[in-house]
Amino acid sequence: MESFLHETFSGLAAGGIYASVALALVMIHQATHLLNFAQGEMAMFSTYIAWSLINAGMPYWAAFFLTVGIAFVIGASIQRFVLARIRGPSVLSLVVVFIGLLVIFNSLAGWIFTYTIKVFPSPFPSEPPFGQHYVSSHELGATAVTLVVLLLLFAFFRFTSLGLAMRAAAQNPVASRLVGVRVGWMLALGWGLAAAIGAVAGMMVAPIVYLDPNMMSGILIYAFAAALIGGIDSPGGAVLGGFLVGVLENLLGAYVIGNELKLPAALAIIVGVLVVRPSGLFGKVHVTRV
Amino acid sequence: MRLSASVVAPTVIAQRSRRRSLQAVGLALLLVLALALPFVVSNYRSFQFTLVLAYAIALLGLNILTGYNGQISLGHGAFYAIGAYTAAILMDRFGVPYWLTVPVAGVLCLAVGFLFGLPALRLEGLYLALATFALGVTLPQLLKHKSVEHWTGGVQGIVIVKPDAPFGLPLSADQWLYFFTLAVAVLMFVLAWNLLRGRVGRALIAIRDHPIAASAMGIDTSMYKSLAFGVSAMFTGVGGALGAIAVQFVAPDSFSIFLSITFLVGIVIGGLASISGAAFGALFIQFVPNIADQISKAAPWAIYGVFLIGFMFLMPVGISGAIRIAWARIRRHRQGRDAAAGPG
Amino acid sequence: MSIQQLLALAGAGIVLALAGPTALAQKKYDPGASDTEIKIGQTMPYSGPASAYGTIGKVEAAYFRKINEEGGINGRKINFQSVDDGYSPPKTVEMVRRLVEQDEVLLVFQPLGTAANSAIHKYMNAKKVPQLFVATGASKWDDPKGNPWTMGWQPNYQTEARIYAQHILRTQPNAKIGVLYQNDDYGKDYLKGFKEGLGAKASLIVAEVTYEVSDPTVDSQIVQLQASGANVFFNIATPKFAAQAIRKAYDIGWKPVQYVNNVSVSVASVLTPAGLEKSVGLISAAYLKDPTDKQWENDAAMKEWTAFMKKYYPEGSLTDSSNVYGYAAAQTLVQVLRQCGDNLTRENVMKQAANLKNLEIGTLLPGIRVDTGPTDYAPISAVVMMKFDGKQWVLFGEVEGK
Repeated sequence: MESFLHETFSGLAAGGIYASVALALVMIHQATHLLNFAQGEMAMFSTYIAWSLINAGMPYWAAFFLTVGIAFVIGASIQRFVLARIRGPSVLSLVVVFIGLLVIFNSLAGWIFTYTIKVFPSPFPSEPPFGQHYVSSHELGATAVTLVVLLLLFAFFRFTSLGLAMRAAAQNPVASRLVGVRVGWMLALGWGLAAAIGAVAGMMVAPIVYLDPNMMSGILIYAFAAALIGGIDSPGGAVLGGFLVGVLENLLGAYVIGNELKLPAALAIIVGVLVVRPSGLFGKVHVTRV
Repeated sequence: MRLSASVVAPTVIAQRSRRRSLQAVGLALLLVLALALPFVVSNYRSFQFTLVLAYAIALLGLNILTGYNGQISLGHGAFYAIGAYTAAILMDRFGVPYWLTVPVAGVLCLAVGFLFGLPALRLEGLYLALATFALGVTLPQLLKHKSVEHWTGGVQGIVIVKPDAPFGLPLSADQWLYFFTLAVAVLMFVLAWNLLRGRVGRALIAIRDHPIAASAMGIDTSMYKSLAFGVSAMFTGVGGALGAIAVQFVAPDSFSIFLSITFLVGIVIGGLASISGAAFGALFIQFVPNIADQISKAAPWAIYGVFLIGFMFLMPVGISGAIRIAWARIRRHRQGRDAAAGPG
Repeated sequence: MSIQQLLALAGAGIVLALAGPTALAQKKYDPGASDTEIKIGQTMPYSGPASAYGTIGKVEAAYFRKINEEGGINGRKINFQSVDDGYSPPKTVEMVRRLVEQDEVLLVFQPLGTAANSAIHKYMNAKKVPQLFVATGASKWDDPKGNPWTMGWQPNYQTEARIYAQHILRTQPNAKIGVLYQNDDYGKDYLKGFKEGLGAKASLIVAEVTYEVSDPTVDSQIVQLQASGANVFFNIATPKFAAQAIRKAYDIGWKPVQYVNNVSVSVASVLTPAGLEKSVGLISAAYLKDPTDKQWENDAAMKEWTAFMKKYYPEGSLTDSSNVYGYAAAQTLVQVLRQCGDNLTRENVMKQAANLKNLEIGTLLPGIRVDTGPTDYAPISAVVMMKFDGKQWVLFGEVEGK
């Protein structure tokens, strides 16, 4: 029983990680109707920027917010100056660009910072809360941060006109332009926000998994699955999906199928769910009228 | 002075048949060059071009599915791996001759691809991408698993021996394998061309661009989509088998998810929905990483990434698309000149 | 002696006298060697999942630069061609073929990765090109009869694991052992050696759990091991995961006697991220000096290494033991090439590689030497056990293995 609790809580902690990255993926999808494969590497690179700032002496929270700002600028610039200029007939041209960005960020990080793992500090206390040993303070704190970001996102899209404008620009750029929405800037804003969320995710993840250039590649798979099972247009779904994937993976590995096949098994289950409910658990079902 | 239809039509027909004969001449020239290649370059280069041919067949498969039929696949590395392991296991464990393993790999992948395509019918776009991604990630894990270790060699992989030239021909093993792979490649390309220019090709494209209209017109969308998966897997599996024989080694590490992603990159850069695109893409994915490595030892993949973005910037329709556009421009220029010169 | 015999002797003597100095000064070259240079090839995972090891190739390149600046080897400069194979065997095959057939290197030095070396094994022996000092601890490279052109360098994983097994049998004969291992050749090789070392008592292992390089954490695996009731833990993981395992075990209150594999013993790269207080009592074995261990602060060889790093490889990490590893391997190769003198044929390279007697390399632990022979293709097979006391690794016991 004890180990079952351990596995579940470990799974929730891991799930919190997947949820935070899944939020960034959902964000970018809301803004652009695309999935950015380079999201993980951008988050990792932002975390390295934070690490450099902290190493140079800056206090944690100052470095944190400065990094979020820098990530925002990098994301928005990539959209404005690189992506906007690609005029391919198919979305796949952009996918190739994303892959290009992925390898560039990964390679640059390895070159500038080397591949030795680095310790990234946590702003949360190091003793576990309430004296128990199922979750660490950081894991709890990181999950709390993810939930705060989720609430902010939700409020942004639901209650602000900017959020509405962004969703409109993604769904119907032509009509949006006619109503006066600056579609180009909306896209850049979306990318900037996604990069910022990614940076937050990276900084929350790094203390748990240690910072190295390949930190995010495994996590991205899980985040991708989490975002889709929750429904790609539902931030709340993405977070729930993250927790689900984390716990599922742990329990499968410990009790059902062994560690070697837990990722394939988890993915098989997710694909199975998607075949039954193609829009994910909480996604909106798109009905096309003929 | 107006050009009447009776004057224009024969000119247009003449141009079209002139274009066709030009194309035929071009292809013949290409074939001659390909046949002469191993005699002009070193064994090592023949080996590299054998790999290019294997990749070209694999990319052709992916193009059929993603380019012509619009079903995105992030897991075609899995079919390449299945083809490769089929060849390796048959050759090493059962002593099957190498040339027989290629069609067996093709048939096996046809079946697996079709079976995978069936449930995939329910999934679109991103969700299909995830499902194929899951396939690409899963297969290496399965190959490593204890239960099949006896057949697959587990993480150690399987070493196979390259065949020597038959009938005592004065060719090195590398040269012979190149010719064998070339023959299979020509066969597969002709097969694809035949398939895609007829009704099947049009149906696939129709399903890609206007699925509702297509089914309204009576096209059995489900059957075509599953078939596309099967045929696509078959091509890629054949490529995998040839690649394995050339490299003489298979291991789970050779077929990571990055291979699937590389294939996708290959068809986009080569040109979607284009048979020649598969060849261009294969040349790109084989040689550009080597070029990037020579440009920068410190961060070669960053250079590769820059190449990718640059290509998408300059040639968003891929290399074959860019050639088509350039050719069309030359023709328009010549047409304008001919028209200005007047009829007769 | 008859006149004929005397004349024959005299004739022979004259011939010898004439041929003598020329025979001694006769230079023999295979492709890749000349009066002015020695071409050495290498494949390394500079990109891909194993890119952390790319620094080995870089530190070796830096060392060869140093040797060249100091005059080279017997007057010849080393031309070191190290290329990326992305840890993908087909790429390794392609790159090695290029190095051998196009660039015509004399030998291939320290190709890294078990799968990579397996892929080129047959080819190198068929082409009779030295596959020298392969950078992997797999045990199959010590096979002078079957594959005379391939030789390993480091103590192989099975030897090391056997030593841990025997230590457990000596000190805790009724242990319940849990093993965490990476699901690849490296992990499986260690496990195999471990089981062989336990012999009939292999049933002492109560749990074996694996992880993949793509897994974000190994937390779940550690929980599984605790649940199995194990009180001895063999940690076969690479630095990042070993650190996670050490930390998680402590955090969930599991306190087994923990053996950690030699790949992950660095104080700075593994134990500090895990937490020094969480690493107290760890047992391992080593053959190289840890650059972050204070007990070697004033050691002459380590000071020399630090100076070398600062001058020739300043962007390299002074806390990464891979950089000590590559340095030591490069020194071994330089010794082999020096022993070749002017006979730089591939055959002689292998002959000299199999002729290293009691070679002392400064960065190896005291008591450990490099030794090879025509039937002994394992240059280093000795390790010293050590225990971590919270600050540094304390060596104990004898040099074991050879």
